[in-house]
Amino acid sequence: MRERPQTQDFDWVLLGIVALISGMGLLEIYSATHASPMAGMHWKQLTWIGIGLAGMFLISRIDYHTLLDQAPALYVFGIACLVIVLVMGYSRLGARRWISLGGANLQVSELMKLIIILALARYFTEVHTERLTLADMVKVGILTLVPVGLILKQPDLGTAMVLVPVAVIGALLAGVEWKHLAVGVVLMALLLPFGWHMRHHLKPYQQQRIQTFLHPEEDQRGAGYQILQSEIAVGSGGFWGKGFGKGSQNQLGFVPVRYSDFILAALAEEQGFIGVCFVLLLYLGLILRLVDNAQKAKDKAGMFIVMGVTAILGFHVLVNASMVIGYMPVTGIPLPLMSYGGSATAFVFLALGLVMNVRMRRFVN
Amino acid sequence: MAAWGISDQKIPQGRLALFSYVSVVVVVSLLVGFWKLQVVQSGHYADLAERNRIRYIPIIAPRGTMLDREGRVLVDSYPSFSILLLRDDPKALQKSLPQIEEGLAISKEDLHQQLEAARNEPKFQPIVIKPAATEADIAFVESHRADLPLLELMMVQRRRYPHGQMLANTIGYVGEVSPQEMEKNPDRYRPGDIVGKAGLERQYNDQIVGTDGMRRVVVNSVGKVIRTLDNVEAIPGKPIQLTIDEDLQQIAEADFANKEGALVAMDARTGEVLAMVSRPTFDPNDFAIRIPQPEWTTLNTDPQTPLLNRAIQAQLAPGSVFKVVMSTAMLESKAISPNYTAYCPGSAVFYGRVFHCDHAHGVVNLHKGIVASCDVFFYNVGKLLGIDRISYYARGLGLGQRTGIDLPSEQAGLVPSEEWSERVNHHKWYPGSTISVAIGQGAVMTTPVQLARMIVAVASGGTLIPPHLLKNAPELKSGSFPISDDTVQQVTDGMWGVVNEPDGTTSGLVKLQNVDFSGKTGTAQVEGFELQNKLGKKLKENGWFVGYAPRRNPEIVVAALVQAGGWGSTSAAPIVRDVVKAYYDKKAGHFLPPPSTAQNVALPGPARPLAPAAGVQRP
Repeated sequence: MRERPQTQDFDWVLLGIVALISGMGLLEIYSATHASPMAGMHWKQLTWIGIGLAGMFLISRIDYHTLLDQAPALYVFGIACLVIVLVMGYSRLGARRWISLGGANLQVSELMKLIIILALARYFTEVHTERLTLADMVKVGILTLVPVGLILKQPDLGTAMVLVPVAVIGALLAGVEWKHLAVGVVLMALLLPFGWHMRHHLKPYQQQRIQTFLHPEEDQRGAGYQILQSEIAVGSGGFWGKGFGKGSQNQLGFVPVRYSDFILAALAEEQGFIGVCFVLLLYLGLILRLVDNAQKAKDKAGMFIVMGVTAILGFHVLVNASMVIGYMPVTGIPLPLMSYGGSATAFVFLALGLVMNVRMRRFVN
Repeated sequence: MAAWGISDQKIPQGRLALFSYVSVVVVVSLLVGFWKLQVVQSGHYADLAERNRIRYIPIIAPRGTMLDREGRVLVDSYPSFSILLLRDDPKALQKSLPQIEEGLAISKEDLHQQLEAARNEPKFQPIVIKPAATEADIAFVESHRADLPLLELMMVQRRRYPHGQMLANTIGYVGEVSPQEMEKNPDRYRPGDIVGKAGLERQYNDQIVGTDGMRRVVVNSVGKVIRTLDNVEAIPGKPIQLTIDEDLQQIAEADFANKEGALVAMDARTGEVLAMVSRPTFDPNDFAIRIPQPEWTTLNTDPQTPLLNRAIQAQLAPGSVFKVVMSTAMLESKAISPNYTAYCPGSAVFYGRVFHCDHAHGVVNLHKGIVASCDVFFYNVGKLLGIDRISYYARGLGLGQRTGIDLPSEQAGLVPSEEWSERVNHHKWYPGSTISVAIGQGAVMTTPVQLARMIVAVASGGTLIPPHLLKNAPELKSGSFPISDDTVQQVTDGMWGVVNEPDGTTSGLVKLQNVDFSGKTGTAQVEGFELQNKLGKKLKENGWFVGYAPRRNPEIVVAALVQAGGWGSTSAAPIVRDVVKAYYDKKAGHFLPPPSTAQNVALPGPARPLAPAAGVQRP
């Protein structure tokens, strides 16, 4: 036992996995963009990783109990930020999602992911019981759905959806009554297609956003063009892949946003099934390592924080990989640590900072 | 510390473990999904990726040139650029339109119309917005590669007719292959291929069409060519040499300025066509680029039918030229004495109807009948012969049937007979109709090329030459309709008289020195009341002259038709004389060629006058 939490108690195995995944991401970003006007993107991504690591270190120093103390205030702050973004945020590609912060444009919804992890962790810890009552469930639902609604209005369906698993996994771990679970599953089953339907018919601008963001040709070349191009990239990669920098779907731009949301398709084309196995097993290792940290957490609060992070990362991987092979519709959810993106990468490292934070403190009295 | 900080609550280890197992299952299912695509169906997707990546760009083979008999170029091809507009990115497209309109001088309406027309085509297929790019257009596209990536240049081979309208109806024109033609030859043609549509371009399409080459290129997702994989060069079409003599053609064309009608000049020994004119005409260069719909409609519906080749398609009453057939029939059938005479008081009554003659010729024998073209003499001959004898000789001399010239859509004309009357008119032949036919009116219809061949047959003792335009044409056989020497002598003497005797119908106007020039005039009433109504004017008679030289076993024959030209002797005969004279001048080596009508149309300007784009100031 130590007197004070120390950086040497970081989960170095976890960091090793993160480094491998990030490295694969950087390579694929390089391959996808080096011959295009976007060349040099991998350096920007590397910078974000550096910033993320620094953030991770900083956040690990603040005792998570202190963070949980401040959770209500943070929650109110996050909601306020989301409202501000909606009112006066910097609009890009048809979506109000960014606020300008000292030159950098930050995606507030990424910050909200961290806050919801803390807020729900605190709530679930406070419940004090092995069984959640209906009132508890309703409160959790409200806590989650307010930011979800605000993010949906941006509109950013992907990020909004990502908040839900934090509540679901948290509730499952806190103890859900079977009947509540059943009702919840039924409600989800009813709401998801409805939401999808809304996206198509009630909010054309939302649809427009995704189209514009991912690839402008979608409507012109018929529905499913992106998915098809992604599938072609994946399928044509074969078992061994076409080789680094040699994927025609990737290099010639057939894969939509190949450096970001569809980076797994680009990787699958160039590195083949072997490469996909490697990457997906790395992600599985990441998840299992996170769950291990949750199991060994000093208290329930720590466990909820770690599992909140796990829920979000796992959901990202599941939805993104499914989209790439056409099992799920295109929603604009990036692959954590691999997809190019400043705020998203920073979030992952900050979230891992919370995990380190919990881990370091189990060695402390 | 706050109440939530209590650390004695147990961590739900079982549920966390369950979460781990579920994660393993999820990742394994994802890997199964990837396995399906990357291993099970990998061949299928590899194929699709190749199709995405590789595009086949045809290299258009130039069509073979057409040369005249002395190797002068009548038709050739030149490389030119078409400007393509890529439509993959509709936003960028809308933004670029004003710049494109200005830079390429395309009117807003025109461009809009073209985009509208291609609305249902797949968006990745570019459209041709300017089929014939000027140098300025090419420079514009090249200099805006970066900011206007939507524009692409495509090299095409375009037909060039340096002489414009000269020989146009015979040469024909080219155009995009029609769906019907593609259906017939599915392996040969792709949409957009250029094929011969009329005239020689169509007749010899298979010879002069080349084999297109193919370039395999790698394109990116917006269709931009990244690099070339390989090239199969185009094989240019073979040139063909025509029997046409550009010098004679130009003489004839010049004589037909502002006239309507047709002319055929042939080598009377071989059937080689030396010159062929049809008026009104058109400029086939207009078709070589994309012909605008209104212009096409005008050409097609013009009552003057400029697209018709009248030398082989005009079926008209031959008028007195037909008297050559009558004379031959009279002598060869032996139904009438060769010394038969008739008295011409200026008109005669047959079957209760008055038939007029030009003027009172008095006593007329065969020679005078031909020389002075006495109608009354031939009315009588016709009555004595009867329609079936006339029909037999007319058909024997090649009338009423196609000559077999190597051009599409030749017309057969019509030689009436009793059988024909019953078959087509469902009544017996009226003997009175024979009287009109005897002077080349009534039901009888001929084309200029038929009359030229007929005259040669009579003057050569019955050889029916095969008219043709392709030099070195293989295996052309002459027909034969033997005519006795006596008959040839008498009829050709008559035709010599037409030109050279003082009372000949040409009044000595077209005599040629040192040339044994002969021929027969014709002045035919126009029967087409419908056409007259359409044109809104009363038509003058059609003037005919079929001339040849020398008077026996001729070398050259020229048939000319001047529609609404009045007397054949004054309208058509001088044209024939000019051509025959040019032929002999050339032979004697003192021919002065007229100034060439060839123009440089290498980089034609816009296909049609373009309105400046609205609201755009251009220098």
